[in-house]
Amino acid sequence: MSRETIVNIVLALLLLAIPLGASAMGEQFYVTLATRIAILALAATGLNIALGLGGLVSFGHAAFFGLGGYAAGILATHAFNAEPLFFGLPGTTSMPVIWLVAIMVCGLVALPIGAISLRTTGVYFIMITLAFAQMIYYFAISWPAYGGEDGLSIYVRNAFPGVNTAQPLPYFLICYVVLMAALGLFWLLRGSRFGAALQAARQNATRLSAVGIAPFNIRLVAFAISAMVTGLAGALFADLNRFVSPSMLSWHMSGELIVLIILGGKGGLFGPVAGAMLYVLFEFALGGITERWQFFLGLILLGVVLFARGGLLGLLAGKARHG
Amino acid sequence: MAEPVLEIRDLKKTFGALKATDGVSLDLMPGEIHALIGPNGAGKSTLIHQLSGSFRPDSGTITFLGQDIAGLDMAARARLGLGRSFQISSLAQEFSALRNVMLAVQARQGTSFRFFRPVMSDKSLTEPAMAMLKRVGLAERAHVPAAELSHGERRQLEIAIALALGPKAFLFDEPMAGMGPEGSKALTKFLDGLRQQAPILLVEHDMDAVFALADRISVLVYGRVIATGTVDDIRNDPEVRRAYLGEAA
Repeated sequence: MSRETIVNIVLALLLLAIPLGASAMGEQFYVTLATRIAILALAATGLNIALGLGGLVSFGHAAFFGLGGYAAGILATHAFNAEPLFFGLPGTTSMPVIWLVAIMVCGLVALPIGAISLRTTGVYFIMITLAFAQMIYYFAISWPAYGGEDGLSIYVRNAFPGVNTAQPLPYFLICYVVLMAALGLFWLLRGSRFGAALQAARQNATRLSAVGIAPFNIRLVAFAISAMVTGLAGALFADLNRFVSPSMLSWHMSGELIVLIILGGKGGLFGPVAGAMLYVLFEFALGGITERWQFFLGLILLGVVLFARGGLLGLLAGKARHG
Repeated sequence: MAEPVLEIRDLKKTFGALKATDGVSLDLMPGEIHALIGPNGAGKSTLIHQLSGSFRPDSGTITFLGQDIAGLDMAARARLGLGRSFQISSLAQEFSALRNVMLAVQARQGTSFRFFRPVMSDKSLTEPAMAMLKRVGLAERAHVPAAELSHGERRQLEIAIALALGPKAFLFDEPMAGMGPEGSKALTKFLDGLRQQAPILLVEHDMDAVFALADRISVLVYGRVIATGTVDDIRNDPEVRRAYLGEAA
């Protein structure tokens, strides 16, 4: 077993053991903290498909995180008020249905955004994805039907068949299983033909073209898959907080997701998990001491970028090599 | 008389006032190595870029196997069977030599939109890729990342990738560039055998290699073909001697 595999297993078990232990001791707060880690890791795993594998630095993934959140919020609100949605369709409080809607909405929105953004590269790509996300952000703020600036509350956490989602631990377990499934998907993608083409597009797009594979098509599909996973995380996040607001769509959120990946290790399978653990831990530990915890997070990020390019995962597992 | 595989007619490309390609017409016939020579700045690279799809010509036609390809992008031309190597090695640096070739095998097999099956355990990819590496003598270095290969090995890898595409014609842009005398000799021998598989349009500065390999030579000066002919024709052409060969011949 490679060192990276061992580190991955340890991280996966750690993320499971902490809330189990905390729950046994009646410390529900830590369960919620672990759920937050799992959801942020899921969102960042989505972004990692585009950014880590494809080298597409999307500064607009908050759009998908927020859209997923609003999908949960809007469907739940309609179900709660017994008001039909458009075309007379009812709302729903069933998580699997909400997830499916969130994933589909994000995929459908990501295709046109990607199709336009992917005509650019580098800093222009970063800016155009940011611009699209900000458009959606301001749209959400100015739409009073769903709370506008104040956001939208979900009165009762949505339901999952056979699970009491109102309890912190079962809800954590749902999020954990979804995260593991997404990591499995990431692992499969990375090793597949599609993953080979996507990584080649990052390393040398001309080389990919010269063998007859159009980089644009590969990147566009990767961007859409990436958005769908991040959107699913958004739906879970809204249910965790029982609240969704435009802040989920803001550029801070996009930046946070990129920070998670860089902290944890770009392109690594468990990079987003390591990054989310570190991030939430800092937020909690440093945030208790000073309101300016993000300043210290900034220092650490600087250290990682300057001295540990592989992120936390790179420090623990050494340089990854594939194939 | 056989149909040319690649037929270039009256190709023109200008950059501002510079006529980089000024009405070039060329044929690549089945089974031949057609060398393209010319002094620096003659427009060889610009011409290659238009053939491979990096640049669009301003006017003129490029017909490949009877189809006009001037409007197609690089990936589409590669899919039609135009295999190329780059003047400066262009590889997926983090991938091993094997994975670089596997990419070409995968492209040749069809769609890359397969999301689940792991490539490294897929014998339909690894075996043909390994066979290509063996053919160019790179099998022992199969698992070394492209970034860590020597210059000569990267040139070999480029050829292996082009071979793996099973192309109908090769465009080789200075494949000998930067290779030692030993490497050049070995590669010359290798290319000599390759013309049976598909014709080669060869841009090359190494005159020994060109004279040894070429069935026909075209000389490009200031964006124009000033002569096309056999090795002997070109050696004895007074205009070519003046413009290019000068002291060498």
